[in-house]
Amino acid sequence: MNENFIQINGISKHFGNVKAVDDVSFSIKEGEFFSLLGPSGCGKTTLLRLLAGFEYPTNGNLLIDGSDITALPPDKRPTNMVFQNYAIFPHINVEQNIKFGLRKLGLTDDEIKKRVDDVLALVKLEGYEERFSGQLSGGQRQRVALARALVRQPKVLLLDEPLGALDKKLRDEMQLELRTLQKEIGITFVFVTHDQQEAISMSDRVAVMSEGKIQQLSAPNELYKNPENIFVSDFIGETNFLRATTKSKDGEHINVTIEDLGDFKVKNNLNIPENSSDVVCSVRPESMMISRDKSDWDICLEAKINQTSYLGEMTRFYVEVSGINKVITVSSQHFDNQSFENNTCFISISLEDISLLQKK
Amino acid sequence: MNEKNNSLLVYTLIYFGFLYIPVLFLPIFSFNDANYMSFPLAGFTTDHYEEMWSKRNLHKALWASVKVGVVASVVSTAIALLAAKAFVRYKFRGQNVSYGAIMMPFLIPEIILAVSILIIWINLGFPLGLVPVTIGHILFCTPFAMLILIARIEGFDFSLEEASRDLGENAWGTFYRVSLPLYLPGIIAALLLSFIISFDEFILAFFLSGSDATLPMYMWNQMRFVKKLPHVLALGAVIIVFTTFIVLLAFWLRNVGQGKEKKDIAIKL
Repeated sequence: MNENFIQINGISKHFGNVKAVDDVSFSIKEGEFFSLLGPSGCGKTTLLRLLAGFEYPTNGNLLIDGSDITALPPDKRPTNMVFQNYAIFPHINVEQNIKFGLRKLGLTDDEIKKRVDDVLALVKLEGYEERFSGQLSGGQRQRVALARALVRQPKVLLLDEPLGALDKKLRDEMQLELRTLQKEIGITFVFVTHDQQEAISMSDRVAVMSEGKIQQLSAPNELYKNPENIFVSDFIGETNFLRATTKSKDGEHINVTIEDLGDFKVKNNLNIPENSSDVVCSVRPESMMISRDKSDWDICLEAKINQTSYLGEMTRFYVEVSGINKVITVSSQHFDNQSFENNTCFISISLEDISLLQKK
Repeated sequence: MNEKNNSLLVYTLIYFGFLYIPVLFLPIFSFNDANYMSFPLAGFTTDHYEEMWSKRNLHKALWASVKVGVVASVVSTAIALLAAKAFVRYKFRGQNVSYGAIMMPFLIPEIILAVSILIIWINLGFPLGLVPVTIGHILFCTPFAMLILIARIEGFDFSLEEASRDLGENAWGTFYRVSLPLYLPGIIAALLLSFIISFDEFILAFFLSGSDATLPMYMWNQMRFVKKLPHVLALGAVIIVFTTFIVLLAFWLRNVGQGKEKKDIAIKL
């Protein structure tokens, strides 16, 4: 397994004064399901288009499987792309769409037929050969786009928010299917999405992007549990931020004063310096406990419930803690909006669940 | 609410009457057995049509108009296609200026265009004839063709071209296999309308054709003789039918393969 299958070395892409991608470097492993995640305008699509060859970088170079592709046009690259709107050619049928990219590969008719049949079976579109794009549903178009790209057996498959246009149920199905397909064929996938749930559930690794830079690159569970900065903590899942000031270090831990709450000792994974006031504590809503009675957790606060929203598998409470001028979000699987009298409750936090982050 | 206000309907009928009744006189009198355009009608005849077929000069003029029309429409559509693609697809320096420059022959009075070409052509020492007429028609048809093609290309999804590049085709292969087939209805519409514009055109031909008359020139020449009027009416009737057919075909083609929502903006000329 090649650890540096795709190498992105100091890549920048400027459009006029806008730095869409700003000096980005990282590697993607062979056979990996890799996601570029971020809000719109963060540079993820530009980075994908740089890999595809639709844009050329202002600085830096790109390597795939050891060879420099920086200056190659799209038709000379070992990549294929699934477009956001699928870009199925409307004037030719499904079979001709799939065969479109095989013309220049120098295959015999038998080989072409075998490849087309195989890929149609792979994406479960047998029997749709004669259809035109206008006669297909969104999900079927997505499969044609996938088949058309995969039939060329690229080294890397690029996917530009391919599930964005599908309804939720179908999207969940396709997520699972794409993931299974990728493991089955073993091709490296680079997947662009703004949907954090999608990226987390499908990927081996995720690069979170914002303002043209990589904010964090790690496995999905690491992103969630150990965000490296405020942006990632805020973008992945939901969280509560509490302002704080650091004091003295104590080995792996550090003493902090959390505003309105007092002094505590929390873990310091990111090695934040002493006596810094540019610091926040992040606590996930589901890591807190809500209860009727006082608990013996590290922090236990009396609170008033402002709002609740019932989500089926859990209920989200928006509570106000006396002395803290901020609404805190807590979620619970055990309680719902019927569980509390007079809207009074206790919320408990374990110090282990507090992540200390530095402000920019 | 059963009371209908008919004033708009009346207005519409008067409007269309004003537009089309004079045109209808042409075919009516072309079948009338008399040399003068006056009522009452004298009787039905197809003599004028037979006379039309027998005129050698008419055939010559028709052939001249077809030659000029074909060359002018092909060249102006080719220029217009490249220009339309550039204007829709890319943002570049001098975009508005070059757009304006191409549209200019459409906006300045035709007679000015004709006189300018005439002066330059004569000063260069070239003889008048169908060549300068064709050049004038190319200038004049290109803006029309470009407007039609811009309307077509504006609805085009350029990710289709990127998809083609991504699937291993170079720029030419992409143009041939993806862009051209999808632009084709627009291209044919532009060809047909340019041809019609050239075929009908009088002022440029009047100044630049010398002794090589085009069909409109021929008609104008014949109008001076009362006895020759009827077969010009017959010719006019034939041209109306032919032109109407081509224009309808062109508008239909321009909308082929475009979504329903696109059809509303089709008539942009």
